[in-house]
Amino acid sequence: MTTIPVNPELTSPLPLGRKGPSYLDISFTVKSWLLTLDHKRIAILYLLSMTALFIVGGAFATMMRLELTTPQGDFVKAEAYNKLFTMHGVTMVFFFLIPSVPATLGNFLVPLMIGARDLAFPRINLASWYLFIIGAAFTLAAMFAGGVDTGWTFYTPYSSVYSNSQVALAVVGIFITGFSSVLTGLNFIVTVHKMRAPGMTWFRLPLFIWSNYAAALIMVLGTPVISITMVLVAVERLFGVGIFDPANGGDPVLFQHMFWFYSHPAVYIMVLPAFGVISELMAAFSRKPVFGYKVVAFASLAIALLSFVVWGHHLFTTGQSVYAALVFSVLSFLVGIPTAIKVFNWTFTMYKGSVSLETPMLFALGFLGIFTLGGLTGLFLAAVGLDIHLHDTYFVVAHFHYVMVGGVVLAFMGGLHYWWPKITGRMYNEFWGKMSAILIFFGFNLTFFPQFILGYLGMPRRYYAYASEFQVLNILSSAGASILASGYLLPGIYLAYSFVKGPKAGDNPWGAKGLEWQTSSPPPVENFKKMPIVTEDCYNYPLVDPHDLQPEDRLIDSTTKDDDKLKEQVKDKLS
Amino acid sequence: MDKSFSLWPTQASKQALHVDLFYIFMLAVTAFFTLLIAGLVVFFAVKYRRREGAPPPEKFENVKLELVWTIVPLLISVVMFVWGAKLVVASSKPPENALEIHVIGKQWMWHVQHSNGRREINELTVPVGRPVKLTMQSQDVIHSFFIPAFRCKQDVVPGRFSYLWFEPSEPGEYHLFCAEYCGLQHSGMIGKVKVLPQADYERWLSMSPAGEESMQVAGAKLFSQYGCATCHSQQGPSMAGLYGSERVVWSGTPDKEQKVIADDNYLRESILYSKAKIVKGYSPALMPTFQGLLTEENVSQLIAYIKTVGKDAKLGNEMTPGGRMQDLLPPRPEMKSRNSDSEKRDYK
Ligand code: HEM
Ligand SMILES: [Cu+2]
Repeated sequence: MTTIPVNPELTSPLPLGRKGPSYLDISFTVKSWLLTLDHKRIAILYLLSMTALFIVGGAFATMMRLELTTPQGDFVKAEAYNKLFTMHGVTMVFFFLIPSVPATLGNFLVPLMIGARDLAFPRINLASWYLFIIGAAFTLAAMFAGGVDTGWTFYTPYSSVYSNSQVALAVVGIFITGFSSVLTGLNFIVTVHKMRAPGMTWFRLPLFIWSNYAAALIMVLGTPVISITMVLVAVERLFGVGIFDPANGGDPVLFQHMFWFYSHPAVYIMVLPAFGVISELMAAFSRKPVFGYKVVAFASLAIALLSFVVWGHHLFTTGQSVYAALVFSVLSFLVGIPTAIKVFNWTFTMYKGSVSLETPMLFALGFLGIFTLGGLTGLFLAAVGLDIHLHDTYFVVAHFHYVMVGGVVLAFMGGLHYWWPKITGRMYNEFWGKMSAILIFFGFNLTFFPQFILGYLGMPRRYYAYASEFQVLNILSSAGASILASGYLLPGIYLAYSFVKGPKAGDNPWGAKGLEWQTSSPPPVENFKKMPIVTEDCYNYPLVDPHDLQPEDRLIDSTTKDDDKLKEQVKDKLS
Repeated sequence: MDKSFSLWPTQASKQALHVDLFYIFMLAVTAFFTLLIAGLVVFFAVKYRRREGAPPPEKFENVKLELVWTIVPLLISVVMFVWGAKLVVASSKPPENALEIHVIGKQWMWHVQHSNGRREINELTVPVGRPVKLTMQSQDVIHSFFIPAFRCKQDVVPGRFSYLWFEPSEPGEYHLFCAEYCGLQHSGMIGKVKVLPQADYERWLSMSPAGEESMQVAGAKLFSQYGCATCHSQQGPSMAGLYGSERVVWSGTPDKEQKVIADDNYLRESILYSKAKIVKGYSPALMPTFQGLLTEENVSQLIAYIKTVGKDAKLGNEMTPGGRMQDLLPPRPEMKSRNSDSEKRDYK
């Protein structure tokens, strides 16, 4: 089955970038890839390295679910299991979820969507990929040197004193990767402020840009805190300084404050860019502007700011005072409100729209269902009285997988399929795409829904052997995981095939608005052959006239290096 | 312990009912909104699907609708917050008459000591219908004391005391888990909570194997063995009435005074790190630190002893150095009977 572009007449002949080679075709040497300063190629580098890490993290997860099909630990021993869940968490959180959407889709799309030629600092962009790779190498080295058994949260004094594993190597890896995150965030912030095309005002920015901008703020403000925390763990381990170890006068709970001060906002580094993807998908596949554009944009910023004041909800059972607990509880509920608003706004974007259920839209709709349940179960944990029972049980495991794996990974998949034709110039097989979306949705729910029940029944997390009455639900969960895994493997196959043999996609296969669809697929190295001028709000559907999409008259020859001349030309065009 | 499959955890404490009711409310809200969103998504996707000749999409903005879905979640959140807050506030202070039991968590076992000296490993035996207060310490890493059937949990953090209280409402045997990841055998750090009818419990408690002495007696012995009594009857501050009283102390600079309550954590700190807080009027050089000399268990026993001195000022005042210490303590059997007497009184 071949793919039919949504609306063939919309993919009219391209006025832009006809002659020059695309960013993919310009050079094929390894050096041209490893030393590239092109944000699009760097995005591809990230995509490939993160896919590899996702597979590593997924393999660990598979082994864990295998172990948990029986109540006794008969597949692996306790030691191996503890290392598996640690490496699963570390790889997935620090090396997949946090960079996933911003470093791949964000890197590729931020300049294209605002009509810029590149990010503000191309060299820094390349450097941040190298930092990412070096950080990952350290952490993987820790794995080969014997593994780490602290859990991805590295709670002290277990991690800093008691653990007999490669904690120092792993935290150094996370420390280095943190710089990669800060640099990406800085690059995004400066790019959005300084490099927008003429006419691209703040309220004409696509919501994907808004949400990546909000996430970038968190990356820059929050990441240094986790970096310092990781260094302190390493220092205490190597030199026996009493920072977190009470036997040396330290405070073990101090670590938890510092860790969650970053790591709660970090969940929004993951999820805000995912929100941006969902906004784009809902608009494109409903052919309508996102309902309540400004509210959705401001909700992103509100979430980013509020996310810094709720870390204490991870410490309800540490012996925190009741007053502190109540303050953190009320603040946590407040973060829920902008999130709820967004979910309703996305849903109502379809209202009176022209909805088509292509693969990316299936992923987006799956996201709406799964994220809603993930967010609502967050409220259970925000309510102090209930969290006392639920804390550190499988309920929490289910909750954060619903939000991060259900939410972020579904959005990432949706975005990858949506922009795939732009990235590669090729179409993938629509049937297998839909298959994958459906398998992931059902596999996911079967895997994680039983864990909510397990949690309320009282099964603690990080147990390699458990009481026998929990077995039925664990078997369901493991069965779901095998369906989920096949859903994740499929795209690896048909996307790779499409890259080589897929039918040509055309420049705007979905008939979508947005500057990125106004250049060729794949885009030329300099993104746009002529400088785009923006004269309308984003998502200005319906597309009455297909020629709207290729507004020759909204592009100017930007060969001139003279700023004043450029400004005049722009003024002429706009008047 | 019911080993069979079930979808709801056993309810065995007074608190469990209240937590469950709140949980049911949360489930109802969650089910409602999840089904609402899922229903709308499917309905819109079908009703407005792209077809030939369908009307073109219409712009649609509606401020009223947006206000509704801002205010409704806000109101629901307020209800959830207040309900959840009431639950914790209600369970934050143990009742005065609670039975106090000491727990020490270590890699990888729970070590329980009752006030008459009876010890248990990975088991906690308590009477039904009486509030129980656990005073907990960790000897190494952070552990977390979790009894699902009671819906209660408390981290046990090294270097400080943690408290947890509950009131068992059903006799039976329940799971006791360690909920905070604590290393290799974390999932093996489990035990049983046995809730006995009152009469059975008393019988169980009095069947203390020989050689066990109450925490107070053990504490009193340590007090004399380590020479504490030498000072604390003369140059040093008296232990009489100390526990729970307000102390004026200074840490670092003598002119920076501070008022603290002499609770378990204060006593623990003063014993192990004696220079941390100096009582006004005393020299920091006077008391040696006992860090490394005393185990966490020893500290608990000393504190248990100091508490009794607090209640009985006469005993404290008459304290004298050396062997005469033992003479002041009532012989062990009497001590025990006094204990169970007072417990009997508390039941009513
Ligand atoms: C939006 C994306 C969200 C993500 C990615 C996320 C992620 C996570 C993660 C990873 C944990 C596990 C902590 C652990 O390892 O112990 C967690 C726990 C928690 N989450 Fe979320 N969460 C999100 C949304 C929310 C919301 C909206 C709320 C509240 C309204 C919330 C409240 C909580 C609370 C209170 C905990 C602590 C629970 C406990 O440890 O017992 N989360 N979340
Ligand atoms: Cu433990």
